[in-house]
Amino acid sequence: MRTSNLRLFLLGGLLVAAGLALFVSGFASSSPDGLEKVAGDKGFLQTARDHLVADGPLAGYTVRGIDDQRLSTGVSGLIGVLVTFGVGLALFALMRAVRSGRDRSGPTRAP
Amino acid sequence: MHIPDGFINASTSLGAGAVAAGGLGVSLRRTAQTLQEKQAPLAGLVAAYIFAVQMLNFPVAAGTSGHLLGGALAAVLVGPWAGAICVAVVLLVQGLLFADGGLTALGLNITNMAIVATFGGYAAFLLLRRLLPASRSAAAAAAGVAAGISVVLASVAFVVEYAIGGSGGAPVGTVVAAMVGVHTLIGVGEGIITALTVGVVLGVRPDLVHGAADLQTPLVLEAGEVR
Repeated sequence: MRTSNLRLFLLGGLLVAAGLALFVSGFASSSPDGLEKVAGDKGFLQTARDHLVADGPLAGYTVRGIDDQRLSTGVSGLIGVLVTFGVGLALFALMRAVRSGRDRSGPTRAP
Repeated sequence: MHIPDGFINASTSLGAGAVAAGGLGVSLRRTAQTLQEKQAPLAGLVAAYIFAVQMLNFPVAAGTSGHLLGGALAAVLVGPWAGAICVAVVLLVQGLLFADGGLTALGLNITNMAIVATFGGYAAFLLLRRLLPASRSAAAAAAGVAAGISVVLASVAFVVEYAIGGSGGAPVGTVVAAMVGVHTLIGVGEGIITALTVGVVLGVRPDLVHGAADLQTPLVLEAGEVR
């Protein structure tokens, strides 16, 4: 009944997420987060090792090749939003497909 | 809150990996059993929204920032089982693509943020909803307070892991005080973002809020009031 409305909601929500990641993330605080701060204060920050993909093209929420810091962060965020949505959608759609397959093979039931 | 490689030793990380795998395994099974058709894209959106808002670090004290964890938010919107999976997807993407959160610490981070924060936050939400009136604004407020509590729970989970296998030899007593202190402040931000988000979704599409399913149809509400 409200399928189109749901599509509109999803599109709106995705636009909000993409907008926040693209335009707002560059203005986020760059101070250490709570855990980093505590680790620094209590003297175990230096036990952190370099990340295994620290040289990756999106490492540290930047896009290699984009020099403008805010733009680089924003574009990396947009990529992250799209990838996260895609992975989430695929995973949940897969679960849904597995379930409806199981339903069909089981006893008949009203749709 | 994303633990890098090295803070916690390998055996403790492996143990947390087992907790994370067990929790996600049960969550996947429960989600597959109960997932409605409209919930698949919605859960994808919840994961994408949490990814976006996790980038928005807000200042909480001198030289310290915090960001949304999103576990309680996800649980209220799509239920705790699907919610835990949403947060785990976010952590996986962050760890693999953005070098945020160590890959050997993935089990620790999933345990703290996808399991403890999500289920702990949802338990607090259910409790608060029982105490508060059955209205949309009360449900949004309950989500906010529960989200704040979930951040503190996740920080305590880190301290437990640090007590078992932490590096650097910091006294656990001072670590717990510092972690709970700063994450109480971060929890205020988490609570505001969560209450606002749940409030907006309740205003636009209340039927999409799992944790307020009792508030969508007037009939159910009236029956509840008569009783």
